Amino acid sequence: MYVAVKGGERAIENAHAWLAEERRGDTSVAELSIAQIREQLSLAVNRVMAEGSLFDPDLAALAIKQSRGDLIEAIFLIRAYRTTLPRFGASLPVETGDMACDRRISATFKDAPGGQVLGPTFDYTHRLLDFKLAAEGEVAPAAEGTPREEATPHITEFLQGEDVIQREPVGEAVPGDLTREPMEFPADRALRLQSLTRGDEGFILGMAYSTQRGYARNHAFVGELRIGKVAVEMEIPELGFAIEIGELELTECETVNQFQGSKTEPPQFTRGYGLVFGQSERKSIAMALVDRALRWEELGEDNLGAVAQDEEFVLSHSDNIQATGFLEHIKLPHYVDFQSELELVRKLRREAEERTAGYQEAAE
Amino acid sequence: MANEMNIGNSARKAWMGLMASAPEGAMMALWDAVDDRPKFDWLRAPEVGGVMVRGRMAGTGAPFNVGEMTVTRCSLVLKDGTVGHGYVQGRSKPKAEAAALIDALMQTEAADRVQRDVLSPLADQVAQAKTKRAAKAAATKVEFFTMVRGED
Amino acid sequence: MQTQATQFAGGFSDAPINAAHAFRAAMTVMACPGKIRTLTGAQAPKPLSEAAATLLLTLCDPETGVYLAGEADTDDVRQWLTFHTGAPLVGAAQADFAVGTWTDLQPINAYRIGTSEYPDRSATLIVECAELLQSGAVLSGPGIKDTAQLKLPDMQALQANSTLYPLGLDFFFTSGTQVAALPRSTQIAEG
Repeated sequence: MYVAVKGGERAIENAHAWLAEERRGDTSVAELSIAQIREQLSLAVNRVMAEGSLFDPDLAALAIKQSRGDLIEAIFLIRAYRTTLPRFGASLPVETGDMACDRRISATFKDAPGGQVLGPTFDYTHRLLDFKLAAEGEVAPAAEGTPREEATPHITEFLQGEDVIQREPVGEAVPGDLTREPMEFPADRALRLQSLTRGDEGFILGMAYSTQRGYARNHAFVGELRIGKVAVEMEIPELGFAIEIGELELTECETVNQFQGSKTEPPQFTRGYGLVFGQSERKSIAMALVDRALRWEELGEDNLGAVAQDEEFVLSHSDNIQATGFLEHIKLPHYVDFQSELELVRKLRREAEERTAGYQEAAE
Repeated sequence: MANEMNIGNSARKAWMGLMASAPEGAMMALWDAVDDRPKFDWLRAPEVGGVMVRGRMAGTGAPFNVGEMTVTRCSLVLKDGTVGHGYVQGRSKPKAEAAALIDALMQTEAADRVQRDVLSPLADQVAQAKTKRAAKAAATKVEFFTMVRGED
Repeated sequence: MQTQATQFAGGFSDAPINAAHAFRAAMTVMACPGKIRTLTGAQAPKPLSEAAATLLLTLCDPETGVYLAGEADTDDVRQWLTFHTGAPLVGAAQADFAVGTWTDLQPINAYRIGTSEYPDRSATLIVECAELLQSGAVLSGPGIKDTAQLKLPDMQALQANSTLYPLGLDFFFTSGTQVAALPRSTQIAEG
């Protein structure tokens, strides 16, 4: 039960003013610009775009500044802004096969056409704090090689040639959109993927890790991981044809999983899929693992009772804005609820004491 | 009328696409150097909106919704009746206006001049930036070599 | 043939302001059945009235299917609506909004009336009328103090619609620059 309370306006205003001051911090230290956050904290920006479900690096950087670096708060700000935008329409599906790859690796094929391109990765760093970064300094320019001219083909295409990997059913059905129609269960794969790509990175990571530790038993390899830019095209009704309306950085992960076969399917490899805004490697691998675990029913596998196989559990708890909203509301005034509970506990206490007194009297 | 000129859809698609994702600073610098701007009326004033970006399951399968991106669009008409549309990524209304004006001018006698002064140099800059990135990626490509060859 | 420029003309001159005024008028007439308000700002190709055109630009977007009934279904109207709203053109059975004369909009049972879980998944009909008159049928129910009067095109069909509540259709009546409305919650009696 909620009760309207008057008062506290002054306290709230003052709290906001203090928040602004604390956000700025020590004024003898230079203020952060949006461009600095966008350029130098780009992986935080990417996470806010992915989970805020809106690709706009400047807005995400602004949200990070406003939220003092609390990324879930920043995602909340982006989600709120997103709802104010008129929807012009939906793009044509992006062609990740045409991606201009900054990074492209495979754990399954060493000699894939296009090669293993490491890109700007943390993978081979020693994870030792680099105290040189504590001082400002110029960065040496990165080395350059001979740029690849042609598109880099998807690695699973080679497995498809041999027919040992499950083929993706092609379709052009308009996918459901959970930002428009409330999610209902069972959800189809399109809705699951939309939910996972905007889901909390920590939650999706935890779910994915659980499948690796034996809860759902999916032994996955990263068939391919690629990061880079793709063009986005949309049909423009007034033109009568599609044009490019922009360019996005995306991370795509395809996992390859062994599959014993079922009553209807021969033994073959199956796949999980991750596609996330920005350079979001951990998230896209995790997404692919969870996607694969949630496909148990369509692949005719057993339900092992693992949480990562439980669609309703995974999808209902992956959204950090929903979760934060419900979790944090319990800190807001619940004076009347609590008052009634206090009354109840006092009454129960009284009754219990009377009963005890009654027994004692009877015993005497 | 100007828009009866035979302009291939593919050419229009190319210049609109170039302007949609070109860096605002580079494009506006080139556009600002063009002097005689035509007068126009708005058909649809610049508005910021969202477009739902779709991907395909496993890259090749059925579509699903990935998330939205910001887009700004507008439409205008020149005094001779030529209509220009601007669709650009992000939230810049000046950039959308410039894109729509350039789209309109590209359907008039001014096309060659706009192509030479704005679109061609812009396309060069964009291509250079892309090539530079691809060159850096190429430098991180792993070259495997065999350590020990088994003899038989 | 219309020119490119006229095909794209007739939109709001200042979309946020025009749409906010129009939405206020639309909300007022829907909240108070029988009231008549002026609705201006958009000019669609013939035969759509200014009020109907303004309602369409205010309420429709790429996610609302629009059914253009009978005379209203012309190439010019299709292009105009597509440019200004992006709304997909659909059949009566899929429509979120339908526009046309009462005769052209028939049969009335072709439209979606919602489901018990989602009563909002129903159609709103924009009925183009020769005139709007505050006489005839007697209206009562939510938003009406005592009773109100409004001339209705087909009393029986609209009474039948109100018995479906909470399901059913909602109606706007438009004529020139005027608009009135009849939600499914209104009781209708002979005048």
